[in-house]
Amino acid sequence: MGRLFDFMLPENKSPLTADSTDGLFHFINEVSLIILLGITIALIYFAIKYKRKSEDDKTPVIYHNHALEITWSVIPLLITLVVFGWGYSGWLNLKAVPADAYEIHVTGFKWNWAVNYENGAQTLNEVHVPKGRPVKIVLQSRDVLHSFFVPDYRVKHDVVPGRYTYVWFQAEETGESQIFCTEYCGTSHSDMLAKVIVHEPDEFETWLELNGGGPSGTPVEQGEALVIQQGCQTCHSIDGSPKLAPSFKGLFGKQEQIVDGSSLTVDENYLKESILNPGAKIVSGYNNIMPPYEGLLNDDEVTNIIEYIKTLE
Amino acid sequence: MANHSASQQVHVQHHFVDSDQQFDSAKLGMWVFLVNEILFFGGLFCAYIIFRVWYPELFTQAALELNKVWGGVNTIVLIGSSLTVAMAIRSAQKNQIKGLRINLMITILLACVFLVIKYFEYEHKLHLGIAPGSFWNPTPEVLAVLDHPKANIFFSIYYVMTGIHGLHVLVGIGLMIWLYIRAGKGHFNSEYYTPVEITGLYWHLVDLIWIFLFPLLYLIE
Amino acid sequence: MAVTETKKMTTLQVQRFKPSENPTNNYLTDEKGVWAWMTTVDHKKIGLMYLASVAFFFALAGFLAIALRTELWTPAKTFIEADTYNQLFTLHGAMMVFFVLIPSIPAALGNFIMPMQLGAKDVAFPRLNLASFYIYVIGAIFTFISLSMNGFDTGWTFYTPYSSDANSAGVIWVTLGVFILGFSSILTGTNFITTIHKLRAPGITWGRLPLNIWALYATSIIQVLATPVLAITILLLSFENIMDIGIFDPALGGDPVLYQHFFWFYSHPAVYIMIVPGFGIISEVISTFSKKTVFGYWAIALSSLAIAFIGFLVWGHHMFTSGQSAVATTVFSFLTFLVGIPTGIKILNWVATLYKGSIEMKTPMIYVFIFLFLFSIGGFTGIMLGALSVDIHLHDTYYVVAHFHYVMMGGTLIALLAGLHYWWPKMTGKMYNETLGKISAVLIFIGFNMTFLPQFVMGAQGMPRRYYNYIDQFQPFHQTSTIGSYILAVGFLIILYYLSKSLINGEKAPSNPWNSRGLEWQSTSPPDFHNFDHTPVVINHPYDYHKPMEEFQLGIAVSHNGHGEHHEEAVSEETEKA
Repeated sequence: MGRLFDFMLPENKSPLTADSTDGLFHFINEVSLIILLGITIALIYFAIKYKRKSEDDKTPVIYHNHALEITWSVIPLLITLVVFGWGYSGWLNLKAVPADAYEIHVTGFKWNWAVNYENGAQTLNEVHVPKGRPVKIVLQSRDVLHSFFVPDYRVKHDVVPGRYTYVWFQAEETGESQIFCTEYCGTSHSDMLAKVIVHEPDEFETWLELNGGGPSGTPVEQGEALVIQQGCQTCHSIDGSPKLAPSFKGLFGKQEQIVDGSSLTVDENYLKESILNPGAKIVSGYNNIMPPYEGLLNDDEVTNIIEYIKTLE
Repeated sequence: MANHSASQQVHVQHHFVDSDQQFDSAKLGMWVFLVNEILFFGGLFCAYIIFRVWYPELFTQAALELNKVWGGVNTIVLIGSSLTVAMAIRSAQKNQIKGLRINLMITILLACVFLVIKYFEYEHKLHLGIAPGSFWNPTPEVLAVLDHPKANIFFSIYYVMTGIHGLHVLVGIGLMIWLYIRAGKGHFNSEYYTPVEITGLYWHLVDLIWIFLFPLLYLIE
Repeated sequence: MAVTETKKMTTLQVQRFKPSENPTNNYLTDEKGVWAWMTTVDHKKIGLMYLASVAFFFALAGFLAIALRTELWTPAKTFIEADTYNQLFTLHGAMMVFFVLIPSIPAALGNFIMPMQLGAKDVAFPRLNLASFYIYVIGAIFTFISLSMNGFDTGWTFYTPYSSDANSAGVIWVTLGVFILGFSSILTGTNFITTIHKLRAPGITWGRLPLNIWALYATSIIQVLATPVLAITILLLSFENIMDIGIFDPALGGDPVLYQHFFWFYSHPAVYIMIVPGFGIISEVISTFSKKTVFGYWAIALSSLAIAFIGFLVWGHHMFTSGQSAVATTVFSFLTFLVGIPTGIKILNWVATLYKGSIEMKTPMIYVFIFLFLFSIGGFTGIMLGALSVDIHLHDTYYVVAHFHYVMMGGTLIALLAGLHYWWPKMTGKMYNETLGKISAVLIFIGFNMTFLPQFVMGAQGMPRRYYNYIDQFQPFHQTSTIGSYILAVGFLIILYYLSKSLINGEKAPSNPWNSRGLEWQSTSPPDFHNFDHTPVVINHPYDYHKPMEEFQLGIAVSHNGHGEHHEEAVSEETEKA
């Protein structure tokens, strides 16, 4: 506490990394500062003390000095070995997930985080976790590389298409923490944000039950929930404002120009095709940026979304 | 450098002291370039090794689609051309310009034979729909033997490796035609044959790479 | 000078050649006109053409940086769209790395200075040297074609599958451009290695090579060994875009992490291609302006080679969060610290060189001081990023951005400025305004730190890199950084002003304005077309400031019997023994 470089790091909410990350961070900074000051003072002192007096100045011939050179090779070597060992052991902690960790699946896609819980509950861009229990976040990607970064817990891992990766942490206090995507993934990379929300364990159980199970309500309500959950609004507005993709408002029944020059009327079949295989018919003026939902949404879900879009006139 | 003009030969460029220095420099430069070529192909071999470790069964299966006989013939053709290029250098050293030209011509012909055989191999495969990456569209007969989801990647590697090697053969042919013409103009003699020597080095490397490619791609058991 | 020298003078026909202060002819007057420049094989002119191109691309990419910093003034949109921003930072990075940093010191200053320091008339393959330059130009043209085809927004690292999915045309052109550019680098490296091995003047043994040559030698080795791997990687990426060969694309069965391994196998050594030649310049300048032999000659020379070799084994430290294997991560972290040691040794050697020197704070020396300070910070923060647990937190944040700007800009570019100011009188035959030189150096120092120090803090706070929008808490840091970048720009504009003025009506430079012992200074300013009008002979270490200047101006006495070569060999044998 109260270290010189405290101002540089965000508040640490994970006791696990207090020493292995923050402690090492401060250690390197402090040692570096001492050496840097030494070098700087030596530079300035020499520049003043040995300022050129005349063009005929004679300088001593000093080719080398073994004692000095060995000292300044060995000491830094020892310091870096300490740093290596310290960082390595801290990293092992970040890799070793406790057996009782609570597992949550997070899927990154352009440009949202979909979160799935054991009982079927789903959230978008909110990772709800219980306090005081190790949580393992299993990461996967639907399209390109992303990276899952929670500064408050000092954890980060790339989200790689075609394989699973993970991070784990244990929250010791309730509250919210910021999640960033730190691997460049296109237009809205910098908006691919999310939050970790820490609950008291019993609150978390309640929350989980409330959100678990299948969707409920009318098809339109279910469709709306899906549109929110799948992050469609990142690119499709529902109020007609321009975004990266055609707005849902007034979309149904609209005449659209397709990039190949043809035009069509937006109907159920076109909407379905555009959800499952978005690249097939791109509206002119837009790019092919949407991931295909083939295999991710079932027929009922697609129908519900279409029903919802129909209501946005 | 007035003091050197008397002993300078025609082919010594202005910044070299003598022909030995020029010859040594050219040779060293070529060796450094060959190291770089090896690393260039090294990247491809690396990709090959990694995918082979991941999908060993794919490689043994897919290799069956490659024609060992024609691959073998091509290996012999290239080894033969390495021999003739060495003989060309020998001729130059002995001031036998006629021998130099004949050997160069044989080398060029052998290189062409190699490319023609390679062309028919490609032709045959493309006809069967064995194409790289997303162009992979094999006929049912091929699928019967080679039913692997990653088969297209094997052939991506195959086409890239042999294709880039083929490009090197093509460059080699160009270089040797240039040498052939210069030899005809009497540019080379036992005192000056640097271009022949370094082209020879290059050609040996092209040959060597094929000697690695052939077993790695064709002869997997 | 006395005994041994007299002996050589008598038996080996060595004589002193004092460079003329009023040369009638030089390489600039030798052949004139645009065509003569475009077809020249003179290493000095090719060096200047590289220098002009590098300056052009630096101005362009620097301008983009100013646009980026201005956009980041507010957390949301300031004046450009997200897609434009993404293209601009990609272009800024790609241009600075491939068109500025990599060719800056070796191809521009190195081309000019290296043959002179070796006492050679030219590089080993002058026509290949010119070809390298045109290959560089073609690579640049491909990049501009890419810009006309919707550009590219992949980041300069071209990570798959993003780069193999989106907006293919632009990516194909730029990757082919980088592929072509790689050959420029490879051929320059090949040329330099051969030149250093074969074209040294009589008496220049390996132990008497200037440290600048050692640095260029180490750099050339890296160029030859690493660049082909980039070439094949980039070529495979182009194929991936053109015909989906599937080697790097997970959708087709490939592996994006494999791409990262390939890419960093080149791109980490490439970092040393950029910085190691800078070390060479620092050694030259610090010795000249403290009139003292360099402390630890062999330590500095060999640590360049050590860095070159260990540098090949640390690429994985860019991938600690990527999902590479645990063993690889451990080994790469360990080796990363090992490569830090020789770098640290160099810095301490340079500081020790100042001890009891005769120090003159001319502009090049001020840049050396700035270099030592900024590069130290770059080095320390590199140690920070090599530490596994801390890197997990800092990876891909502004901390990394600040770190590599401290190394690349605070290191390479500041060294380039030191070298440019140091050799400017030799290259142009003109002096520049020393006062303005110092003012701009100070402005650059202040502007640089103001731009990048806040980035360390916000990076550690969690600000990710390549962000168009950011959360409000980072705004004060971003605004400080933006103001700093403007000061930096003013500093560079002042340099542009006084160097242009120097070219037009600068004071005439003497042949050796800094009284250096370096061989390149023992010719006229600007040098003759053949660099020297004699064959130089070297009998001392390049930094033997305790020996009189005469001993550094020797050359083979003009022989009248036409057997000059014989004597040269004799000299080199003699001097090796001496």
